[in-house]
Amino acid sequence: MSPSMLVTVVLALSTLAFWQGKRRAFALSRQASTTRMHSRPGYYGMLTALWCAVPALVIVVAWQSASDPILTRIVMDGVREAKGALSPDQLNLMINDVRNLVSGSIYSQNVDPVLQLAAKRYQSMMHIGNMAMAVLALSTALGTAYYAYSRIKPTLRARNHVEMAVEILLTLCSTIAIFITVGIVLSVLFESIRFFQQVPLTDFLFGLKWSPQMAIRADQAGSSGSFGAIPVLTGTFLISGIAMAIAVPFGLMSAIYLSEYAGPKFRATVKPLLEILAGVPTVVYGFFAALVVAPLIRDIGLSFGLSVSSESALAAGLVMGIMIIPFVSSLSDDVINAVPQSLRDGSYGLGATKSETIKLVILPAALPGIVGSILLAVSRAIGETMIVVMAAGLAANMTVNPLQAVTTVTVQIVTLLVGDQEFDSPKTLAAFALGLLLFIVTLVLNVIALYVVRKYREEYE
Amino acid sequence: MSATQQSTMDRVHKGLAARYRKEKRFRLFGLSAIIMSLAFLVLLLGSIGAKGYTAFLQTEILLDIHLDAETLDVENLATANYGSLVKRAMLDNFPQVKGRRDKRELSKLVSTGASFQLQKLVMSQPELIGTVLSLWVPADDEVDMFVKGHISRELPESSRRINDKEIEWIDQLQAAGRIKKSFNATFFEAGDSREPELAGIRGATMGSFYTLLVTLLLSFPIGVAAAVYLEEFAPQNRLTDLIEVNINNLAAIPSIVFGLLGLAVFLNFMSLARSSSLVGGLVLTLMTLPTIIIAARASLKSVPPSIREAALGVGASKMQTISHHILPLALPGMLTGAIIGMARALGETAPLLMIGMVAFIVDVPSGFSDPATVLPVQIYLWADSPERAFVERTSAAIMVLLFLLLTMNATAVILRNKFERRW
Repeated sequence: MSPSMLVTVVLALSTLAFWQGKRRAFALSRQASTTRMHSRPGYYGMLTALWCAVPALVIVVAWQSASDPILTRIVMDGVREAKGALSPDQLNLMINDVRNLVSGSIYSQNVDPVLQLAAKRYQSMMHIGNMAMAVLALSTALGTAYYAYSRIKPTLRARNHVEMAVEILLTLCSTIAIFITVGIVLSVLFESIRFFQQVPLTDFLFGLKWSPQMAIRADQAGSSGSFGAIPVLTGTFLISGIAMAIAVPFGLMSAIYLSEYAGPKFRATVKPLLEILAGVPTVVYGFFAALVVAPLIRDIGLSFGLSVSSESALAAGLVMGIMIIPFVSSLSDDVINAVPQSLRDGSYGLGATKSETIKLVILPAALPGIVGSILLAVSRAIGETMIVVMAAGLAANMTVNPLQAVTTVTVQIVTLLVGDQEFDSPKTLAAFALGLLLFIVTLVLNVIALYVVRKYREEYE
Repeated sequence: MSATQQSTMDRVHKGLAARYRKEKRFRLFGLSAIIMSLAFLVLLLGSIGAKGYTAFLQTEILLDIHLDAETLDVENLATANYGSLVKRAMLDNFPQVKGRRDKRELSKLVSTGASFQLQKLVMSQPELIGTVLSLWVPADDEVDMFVKGHISRELPESSRRINDKEIEWIDQLQAAGRIKKSFNATFFEAGDSREPELAGIRGATMGSFYTLLVTLLLSFPIGVAAAVYLEEFAPQNRLTDLIEVNINNLAAIPSIVFGLLGLAVFLNFMSLARSSSLVGGLVLTLMTLPTIIIAARASLKSVPPSIREAALGVGASKMQTISHHILPLALPGMLTGAIIGMARALGETAPLLMIGMVAFIVDVPSGFSDPATVLPVQIYLWADSPERAFVERTSAAIMVLLFLLLTMNATAVILRNKFERRW
């Protein structure tokens, strides 16, 4: 019986248990007229259904996740006895062969008989295991359902039990956020540690050359890869800097105009239109940058006699800046609106014009919040991927000239990890080290930004 | 005394004109920032629209194909040489063309898809064999580009991908009424292809559909459950604080990091199927969960406490209050948040590149574990292709994607306007 089939059967049994439990509760409530049932009949049904499904499903899940490692171990022990000592690499190779034999994706005839035997053993054990598990799960389902069914009495506090189960479920769902964070940290950290075992941390953080090539043969040209992250970081900050140079003035001025000058009608039409800029997928911006903006900049540069790379940092940064405008403007808008009206009135009372009030009163008052929103925007810019993948270069030039091609952290992660990879070469592991760097930088920026914004809000509320 | 006062007023008056000018200038800056931003938007959408609208039409060539019984063996229709039939029909149009090279170039004006089209037709209607069939077949992508005017004939011959001889042939075909532009149904019905004229977005759209379905089925229930716990049950303690901090941080983490997580956990650790919409959906679930939780919490918060108190007052348990009263009232807001989260997931590309959804996949996926790609990734793949015709198709695919996003967001707005209650 296949696992999905088994789950379906268990769920069907549990539905049946629901109706049986409910019926019994109804019957009891009619029959025992003196004592009232504690809960409504549906709750008794639900309790029975829960008792039926949960233990059985736990068994199924446990077997599904544990069976493969256990069986592989048993089978490979047999292989080791037949073959003698094996290196870990050979062992992994054989495990893969056995796996492929089991799933039937090796069609060649001349397979090692030892492995064939192992595959057969694996298959037969898996078959027996699955059968045993099915029997166990189904009998558990029936047994626990009967146990719950037999306990249905007017005094059973079924509603409380069911509600307790639901509350546990809700709690589990809310802790998923923690698990995701832990998962991100562990997965990135684990691979990064493996990377730093092969490439020293100082080389990575302070190295000035980035060329993630690994030699296949020892005597090959350019055989030594170098993993210095500085050029990649320079490129990232160059492009993000250009983006912020566009996004901050435009976003801030838009926010000021919308919150201080614009009438309600203008605001109601323009704000959603600006939000569209934030809703356009980044791949669209990337296409726009690569196809429209980059050639445009190159042509303009040529007419001034400048040689501009067709993957210039300027094009990518410019388009990224456009993308971030609504981000800066909507966050700053909130912050500016939160400045109390009394400050404005005081300034007007002294005879200041509107722009003087904005420049000398409102902006200083809103500054922490604006800084916070700019920091959030910077972290967006640093983590932005598609625009730079499509419009920025691959070669890690260490330059601050915006007309040249540079590369970024995200571009390198994508290029190193797209396609098939082996997971023991520093080349692929470097991507995880870059990912760790990206995660830490954005996390720090976010934490500072959220802290600044929150602290500022408390002052006026 | 009066003299100094006079001079202060004077100073104020003297400076006034300059200050008003400054005021005007500042205001103009603000307005021009908005106008520039909107101009960027118009430029972005306009350039994509201008590039893409022609992709909805496809150039076709009329061929009179003689389906002779010799080439088409009734017993073995699947393997017959349809290509030669198409070639012969093309050559029949130009009896003056001699020489192997010219002949080969001539037959290349027709797409390689023509023979598949013919094969399908003959296999479904074997009674056609022996007749002469007039059939519109798709033209090659370069011909398509030329007919649509994307390749100018003024260019020197060496710098265009279609030579003078071919242009002459196309002109002759056009004069004979054998070239027309019709609605490009292939674009909506086919999967990916190396040939632009045969490539379509159906595979990517179905991939997006399955991926989003997984995302919705997982992230909406989990997100709502988490929001209910945090809003209604969570005690004020360290764990709750930790959860809240995590949710806020996850919402701001670059999406590509979620791709790394998916690669390390779902592919390497759990060894799920690479390139499948299941894994894509799982990764996007992790990414959209914070958005959905935050939206659902806001929506739960907006339900007034009087509802809660009334339900508790008539003896409902806390769980009953929530499931019978609060959730139904908060549901429209939660759905709005979910749709907006789904729209973001639909446009997401970077994390999916990490988990191998970037492969060249011709078949339309028909399940959650089939190798699939999604619409934004398809756009990325096509944008990298060198053929001129793919630029047009990329833009068209972007238009479809933007249309889908617009529909989703419009649904969210309508839903909110229709069901939102002001208490």
